[in-house]
Amino acid sequence: MPEYNLLSDFSSPLWAWFIFIVTVGGIFWCFYLLMSQTKLATKEGGDKIQTTGHKWDEDIEELNTPIPRWWMQLFIATNIFGLVYLVLYPGSAIFDGVLGWSQVGQYNTEMEVAEKKYGEQYTNYLKQNIVTLAKNKDAIKTGGRLFSTYCTQCHGTDAGGGPGFPNLRDSSWLWGGKPEQISQTINSGRRGTMPAWGAVLGESGVKNVTAYVMSLSGRKTSGDLKAGEEKFKQLCIGCHTAKGTGNIALGAPNLTDNSWLYGSSRRTIAKSISEGRNGRMPAFGDFLGKGKTHLLAAYVYSLSQEK
Amino acid sequence: MSLQEKTEKSVPLLIILSIVVISVGALVEIVPLFFMKSTTEPIDGLKPYTAMQLTGRDIYVREGCNTCHSQMIRPFRAETERYGHYSLASEFVYDRPFLWGSKRTGPDLHRVGGRYSDEWHRIHLTNPRDVVPQSVMPGYPWLAKNSVEGSNIAEKMKTLRILGVPYTDKDISGASEKLKGKTEMDAMIAYLQNLGTTIPLGR
Repeated sequence: MPEYNLLSDFSSPLWAWFIFIVTVGGIFWCFYLLMSQTKLATKEGGDKIQTTGHKWDEDIEELNTPIPRWWMQLFIATNIFGLVYLVLYPGSAIFDGVLGWSQVGQYNTEMEVAEKKYGEQYTNYLKQNIVTLAKNKDAIKTGGRLFSTYCTQCHGTDAGGGPGFPNLRDSSWLWGGKPEQISQTINSGRRGTMPAWGAVLGESGVKNVTAYVMSLSGRKTSGDLKAGEEKFKQLCIGCHTAKGTGNIALGAPNLTDNSWLYGSSRRTIAKSISEGRNGRMPAFGDFLGKGKTHLLAAYVYSLSQEK
Repeated sequence: MSLQEKTEKSVPLLIILSIVVISVGALVEIVPLFFMKSTTEPIDGLKPYTAMQLTGRDIYVREGCNTCHSQMIRPFRAETERYGHYSLASEFVYDRPFLWGSKRTGPDLHRVGGRYSDEWHRIHLTNPRDVVPQSVMPGYPWLAKNSVEGSNIAEKMKTLRILGVPYTDKDISGASEKLKGKTEMDAMIAYLQNLGTTIPLGR
């Protein structure tokens, strides 16, 4: 981001001078007001309480009792604080302050400090491959915390997933469970598209294909399996392959392992076939950076290695 | 006569000087902001809300989402690590009014665009606990049932154009067409998926 300059940010530099004059002038005005009134109040008068000299309705006088000394001193201290602040910090619009403080500068410093503290560790982790890291307890602990922050909203706190959101603990993978495949999924995201076949198949067609798909994983079904198989061979094998084992290049699920992304019921399967599905894993590479996605991949990889 | 005495005895002078005194703060701290490029000019690549997004935004306001969700990521590491790049004033020039908010019962939403899938939002808005069991957010199931067809979207866009949002005639005349067959849920998701996407998620 380019260096920010307040003066050139205004449509006219007169605005900066306007702020300067009113701010600094205001402080001096307050100081003048304070001193002028004080002088009046501390005029010599012995024990007699001074009045402002104004008389209203003939005999009503306006008292001018001096305010306590500590209070006066606080007022003066406030004025001095204001001036010192304007010297140190960018409050007067025309001057950036001798401390050179800025909001973005403070943020950048905070990030640099964090980089110094954690950067080395991440560089170290990046040198190791995911399989090694998956056995490193510290790395998995950090990875788990990252997972809690960025991934649990969809995949759940236990990484068990939910309908439409893959379970990351089992051995069934839509896009592949090898370390580099997991890493790519996290970094670049995935888009799995199942077209809607309802209009093509018709009601009975959907029913038959559903029955056939269920039979692929050895489940008991009812329906015309022959007709279902015929339609499957025409429409589905492009992605799910002839045996129904799926294709990780397309994210097409394996239909023979009895693991169901959207649910195992007949109705859910029929819905996937007739209405289609749009699965999407957002890309986290740009947002999280290499170090964090590497650790996340190691964590996710470690989950399916647990026995 | 001293200034004090003069002021006390002249009502017009007292009124004028009182107004000057009480408006100093606003004159110095607020008015100059209307003349700053970083607050009035859109950031590179900022697009006005589409018909769908604008409709979604109004539903967001109607349902009071901004009561619990801020749209303002402050420049602190704790925030940018979780949400993404801190918010810039120039990202909000087409927001009338902006929905920065100041209370976070839920998370900040300024960079929620692209963070979740449309399907996730659909499930989450209908019943948040289906995807986040610990969530205290209420469900908004009626969004999926209400149609946004026939809303006064063209008039809204015309009004915004008067206020400086660069909508073309084509944008406005085609607006109601864009809402055909869509539900409030679709509009809401369109709005959410666009939030904060002018700056890429990375730093």
